Amino acid sequence: MTALLSLSGVTAFYGAIQALRGIDLTVEQGEIVTLIGANGAGKSTLMMTICGNPRARTGEILHQGQDITQFPTYQIMRRGIAQAPEGRRIFGRMTVRENLLMGAEVAGRTDIDALLHQVFALFPRLQERLSQRGGTLSGGEQQMLAIGRALMSRPTLLLLDEPSLGLAPLVVRQIFGAIRELNRTTGLTVLLVEQNAYQALRLANRGYVLVNGSITMAGTGAELLARPEIRAAYLEGGGHA
Amino acid sequence: MTALRDAFLSAAVALGLFGPMVGLVTVSSDHGLFLRARPVAVAVIVGLVFFGRLGMLTWRGRNRAEATRANRAFAERITRAGKYVTPVLLLAALALPFSGSRYYVDLGTLVLTYIMLGWGLNIVVGLAGLLDLGYVAFYAVGAYSYALLATTYDLGFWTCLPLAGILAGCAGVTLGFPVLRLRGDYLAIVTLGFGEIIRIVLNNWVSLTNGPNGITGIPRPTLFGLRFSMDGGDGTFAGFFNLEPATIQRVIFLYYVIFGLALLTNWVSLRLRRMPLGRAWEALREDEVACRSLGINVRNTKLTAFGIGAMFGGFAGAFFATRQAFISPESFTFIESATVLAIVVLGGLGSQLGVALAAIVMVGGLEALRDFLSFLGDQMGSELFSGIASELPLYRMLIFGLALVVMMVLRPRGLVSGRTPGVSMTAPKEIDAELVAQGRS
Repeated sequence: MTALLSLSGVTAFYGAIQALRGIDLTVEQGEIVTLIGANGAGKSTLMMTICGNPRARTGEILHQGQDITQFPTYQIMRRGIAQAPEGRRIFGRMTVRENLLMGAEVAGRTDIDALLHQVFALFPRLQERLSQRGGTLSGGEQQMLAIGRALMSRPTLLLLDEPSLGLAPLVVRQIFGAIRELNRTTGLTVLLVEQNAYQALRLANRGYVLVNGSITMAGTGAELLARPEIRAAYLEGGGHA
Repeated sequence: MTALRDAFLSAAVALGLFGPMVGLVTVSSDHGLFLRARPVAVAVIVGLVFFGRLGMLTWRGRNRAEATRANRAFAERITRAGKYVTPVLLLAALALPFSGSRYYVDLGTLVLTYIMLGWGLNIVVGLAGLLDLGYVAFYAVGAYSYALLATTYDLGFWTCLPLAGILAGCAGVTLGFPVLRLRGDYLAIVTLGFGEIIRIVLNNWVSLTNGPNGITGIPRPTLFGLRFSMDGGDGTFAGFFNLEPATIQRVIFLYYVIFGLALLTNWVSLRLRRMPLGRAWEALREDEVACRSLGINVRNTKLTAFGIGAMFGGFAGAFFATRQAFISPESFTFIESATVLAIVVLGGLGSQLGVALAAIVMVGGLEALRDFLSFLGDQMGSELFSGIASELPLYRMLIFGLALVVMMVLRPRGLVSGRTPGVSMTAPKEIDAELVAQGRS
């Protein structure tokens, strides 16, 4: 059986600067895979490269066995990959409902109400704020909106880029709870990028550690949590959120 | 205290500026040219600046929260008034030709042309957020398309109108391609250049466009085949309805044509805004990267905005050509783009009513001001003001500029800055200017 997503030897550049140095990574159907690493290790770049922006210079990215390396971004997203990008990037001047509808654009725009209800079941807060502007939401609500918007396209693979960024610990737990819930009930595959290594590794089936654009370690979440070098580098001193 | 000092400083600047410009006037007589001083006029202006600045600073110094509340109340009032303003404006526009005055109908036609251009540009700038400084290019393409098709192939206005729109739309897409990667200032510069390129090409491609001499004898539109000519014979409007042939019939007909075209523009953009495409435009204005991550084809979305915006510019251009019956590159200078953009920005980006009001104020208001000032000048026969009064119409651009500055200080987000969300599940909630500002992330 082919993996849902597999990367082999992927490199990416920003101008002359190499951000990714030959990444090999697979995500199987139904898994939660997390990618941890320090600031500037290339985590977000990897996410963006999967989406084709920036494009991988060498190597190949396979989605359900098909090479999507050269696909334009919007076509990659239309294959059932959805991203909740870093910094949330919701549409501040559009209402919550409009933001969610933007996400449904790809899904063929049928069954909008069913999709909306699925999102509201997960994040009831969004239903309360439906006709409010995106920019007036709190940080946590914006993150919920970003994830909800990504879910509106009925993705088979959800890319989450630092969903805990700038959020209070309680809200982080809520959001991670929602991700686990989604994975358990709908079998949604999730690729999660996090600096908050402790929470992320506890949530994930498997994890990868990214250092300076290369993967240095891989294993199950529990394995990585137990590794002393991980504890030293990412957990102690970093604090448990 | 600082306010007082600031006011003195402003008055000093005004003195320096207006001293030579207003204070000295040349009088020609039999013996030659003389300089005459007008200290009173300068004193009046400097005094106005002094107290104006003082007033502005005191107004600004009010409690911030109170000012915000007052602003919000104002926005609410405007929104409520908006419900009544729209039908009133529509009725007034419909009834205008019955005033019977040729001057007002001509002015109304001009205003409506700018309203239509404003609504067209609003699609590009207000909805999709692409700053376009060369909108006049599409206006020119539409005008020349109609003029050339009509004079070369003998086609009628109603046949050429869609063609002019399509050609202008193609020009929009052609401009759109190279600027897909540009944003903000860079986009503005390239579109500005495009506007100039079109004008210069029109000026120099003499074999096609007749260069600076322009195209003359552009045919007038017909009403279901009825011509508006003065002979009153068969097949003319006057002959068919047994009327006395008169120019005013054609003028009124042209007025209703542009009225219909403007309404069409408005209707199409309102409908588009409710469609996924319109939502994608608004999302594009907010965040391009997020759009891409949602599977929106950014290229096509931008190109449709350019294309559709340009198409309406083309319609307006074709109308302009048929109304004037003569066009030359001189009619399509940068100042036209700037006026239309000013209308869109003043009206509040994305607001249909705001654009209409701004066009009325900018185009009609300027004319009205000129009338009013001449009237005032005639009335004030006093020795003191007679000098200024006779020149008052010359100051209209100055007053106009002042009005723009005041507008930007008082309502920086445009006349009508509130915006109802395109879609909502429960009753739509109006969001005022303050929240719009906060919502910028």
